[in-house]
Amino acid sequence: MPVVTETLDTVQSVTQSGYKWGFETHIEMDLAPKGLNEDIIRLISDRKQEPAWLLDWRLKAYAAWLKMEEPHWARVDHPKIDYQDLHYYAAPKKKQGPKSLDEVDPELLRTYEKLGIPLKERAILAGVDPGDAEEAARTPVAVDAVFDSVSVATTFRETLSKAGVIFCPISEAVRDYPDLVQQYLGSVVPVADNFYAALNSAVFTDGSFVFIPKGVRCPMELSTYFRINARSTGQFERTLIVAEEGSYVSYLEGCTAPMRDENQLHAAVVELVALDDAQIKYSTVQNWYPGDAEGRGGIYNFVTKRGACRGARSKISWTQVETGSAITWKYPSCVLQGEDSVGEFYSVAVTNNHQQADTGTKMIHLGRGSRSTIVSKGISAGHSNNTYRGLVRIAPQAAGARNFTQCDSLLIGDQCGAHTVPYIESRNRTAKVEHEATTSKIAEDQLFYCRQRGLSEEDAVGLIVNGFCKDVLKELPMEFAVEAQKLLAVSLEGSVG
Amino acid sequence: MLEIRGLAASINDKPILKGIDLTVPEGEIHAIMGPNGSGKSTLAYVLSGREEFDVTGGSASFNGVDLLAMEPEERAAAGVFLAFQAPIELPGVNNANFLRTALNAIRRARGESELDAVQFLKLARSEAKRLAMPEDMLKRNVNVGFSGGEKKRNEVLQMAILRPRLAILDETDSGLDIDALKIVADGVNALRAPDFSALVITHHQRLLDHLVPDRVHVLAHGRIIRSGGPDLARELEKSGYAQVVAEAA
Ligand SMILES: Nc1ncnc2c1ncn2[C@@H]1O[C@H](COP(=O)(O)OP(=O)(O)OP(=O)(O)O)[C@@H](O)[C@H]1O
Ligand SMILES: [Mg+2]
Repeated sequence: MPVVTETLDTVQSVTQSGYKWGFETHIEMDLAPKGLNEDIIRLISDRKQEPAWLLDWRLKAYAAWLKMEEPHWARVDHPKIDYQDLHYYAAPKKKQGPKSLDEVDPELLRTYEKLGIPLKERAILAGVDPGDAEEAARTPVAVDAVFDSVSVATTFRETLSKAGVIFCPISEAVRDYPDLVQQYLGSVVPVADNFYAALNSAVFTDGSFVFIPKGVRCPMELSTYFRINARSTGQFERTLIVAEEGSYVSYLEGCTAPMRDENQLHAAVVELVALDDAQIKYSTVQNWYPGDAEGRGGIYNFVTKRGACRGARSKISWTQVETGSAITWKYPSCVLQGEDSVGEFYSVAVTNNHQQADTGTKMIHLGRGSRSTIVSKGISAGHSNNTYRGLVRIAPQAAGARNFTQCDSLLIGDQCGAHTVPYIESRNRTAKVEHEATTSKIAEDQLFYCRQRGLSEEDAVGLIVNGFCKDVLKELPMEFAVEAQKLLAVSLEGSVG
Repeated sequence: MLEIRGLAASINDKPILKGIDLTVPEGEIHAIMGPNGSGKSTLAYVLSGREEFDVTGGSASFNGVDLLAMEPEERAAAGVFLAFQAPIELPGVNNANFLRTALNAIRRARGESELDAVQFLKLARSEAKRLAMPEDMLKRNVNVGFSGGEKKRNEVLQMAILRPRLAILDETDSGLDIDALKIVADGVNALRAPDFSALVITHHQRLLDHLVPDRVHVLAHGRIIRSGGPDLARELEKSGYAQVVAEAA
């Protein structure tokens, strides 16, 4: 299809709903037939040239999944998903896997350019707006770009490999580092953990693999950018990050999808492993297409994310800004096994129009002296529903464990809902668990004050919302914090007045 | 020039302003005094466009344009500034960032170029210095944890940076210590210009010693019942409102 049409589509999408990532890329696809059965799983495994153990692993997950039911405890509501009516594999057609960026289909490169994702390896040194940040020079970010079912490009691999860091598509890691993958895959989220995780284990197609060896501080931010493009496909990516003793990595994922009036399923699994003194900082800016103002279309985002702080003094920190998706079902969690290990969860979840979000975290304290912090900011507008659901569990052996939870909800308008569902199970008397929660509305006098100073109503809402989320946004890497702030404003467009 | 004719406004169907007539020529400063609850803040809100109040009659124009037809932010762009009697807190919103966003919104609306962060900080710092405000006030969240006096000074700082053409100061002097009062008055005096006018709502002669008004008006029960020169304020300070109100009734 001519590019002109695409440009037109883009312009329309911006004006219609403010979701400016809603365009579609026209590219020849290799598409598996619709439906899910053992043959499809064999086809995926075959396309990826996987070893036998992984095919067995997938089939085991599939067998488990067949016996499972969708979870119904979340405060979300959707028509029944027909799992046989989806494509489980969709990949841009190509002769061979691209060896370098020069071999990537230019149409794909253009897509990522339009999305603002740098796939060219260049150090960007443009200064960030010093009004929000003290002149932070932009550091280069290594990107793994996943388009529908496959990774299309990973940048800065050479620089990283010099530092000993492995950053590659997981499908490649399966071939190149089979022992590492086999050792850790499914060790945090077992194949039969839950309905969506089992489904993912059976059919996952790509995602990123990160390995930081002992004592290495990863020299740059790593990021994966997920893009759903094909129609009637599910996206099932799998990410595995292993940080060996004393290592450090900061990782960011972003995601967008075209605007379509059908719902699309995204069921990812992310596993993190931190050994002694290792630190993993995992940030997400989730901006899947949320559906239109009437609630048509949008992504179902059913994701399992879990980190294991296996080592003493290890630390895993989840930061998420969730603005997209029609439905979000997501609880990035930490299993704090190591002594004095630390788990953190910082979350901003925005719902507008008819979006539904049920998100939160689980902090499972097993190690002595383990600590966790939860800061959740939920913003609801329009007819949306926003639920924080969190579990803090202190095991009997976790002497001296501590948790602090802060849950704040902000309501815009009076058609939306905010709900806080904290579960606390403490089985050790020396443990300390604190929970604070607030619900507020944007006050009329705050809006008037801002408007009296010259701000439009929407800018005023954006400013107040950003202020409300500050404690979370400041946890994001600088470059992304600025993006996230803009995104918050866009997500709430049309929510007042 | 600000021209108010027969302005009437109510809140929740309760009439508060009952026909205000007031003209403030360009370059003049007028004081408004009057008993508690007489409608002074209401007048300030109605002029700046607070939606809670229903305008039930009359007109208000500024330099020939109908104020009442404009959104609050359009009035701000036209040069209307209200220093709030009780400034509002904005948790998590950095004061400097707030002010820069406001200034640039106004500049954009006027077709002027925006200030980048560096240019803005230079301006903000020099104004803060002139008003003897500690610089860290710019780094704090808007009015959060500010003392009563600090909030008022912050309003004056905003005014100095936004450079309005019509400033409405609603009891900005209340809660200020003696030195601050002088600084605030100087701040307003510094804005005096042929194309600047101000409505200063106050209960105290002391402010008017520093900020000498061209006219003084007494507002009672939603009407202006008496107007005069600077002497009127002094007279009121001595005799109180009772007599003036009684005379008008
Ligand atoms: N939201 C409201 N609901 C009901 N009545 C209101 C509201 N706001 C103001 N009023 C009433 O309107 C009248 C005028 O109030 P306003 O604040 O304008 O008085 P003021 O002259 O500024 O008084 P002060 O000198 O105490 O500041 C008062 O009787 C007040 O109670
Ligand atoms: Mg008042």
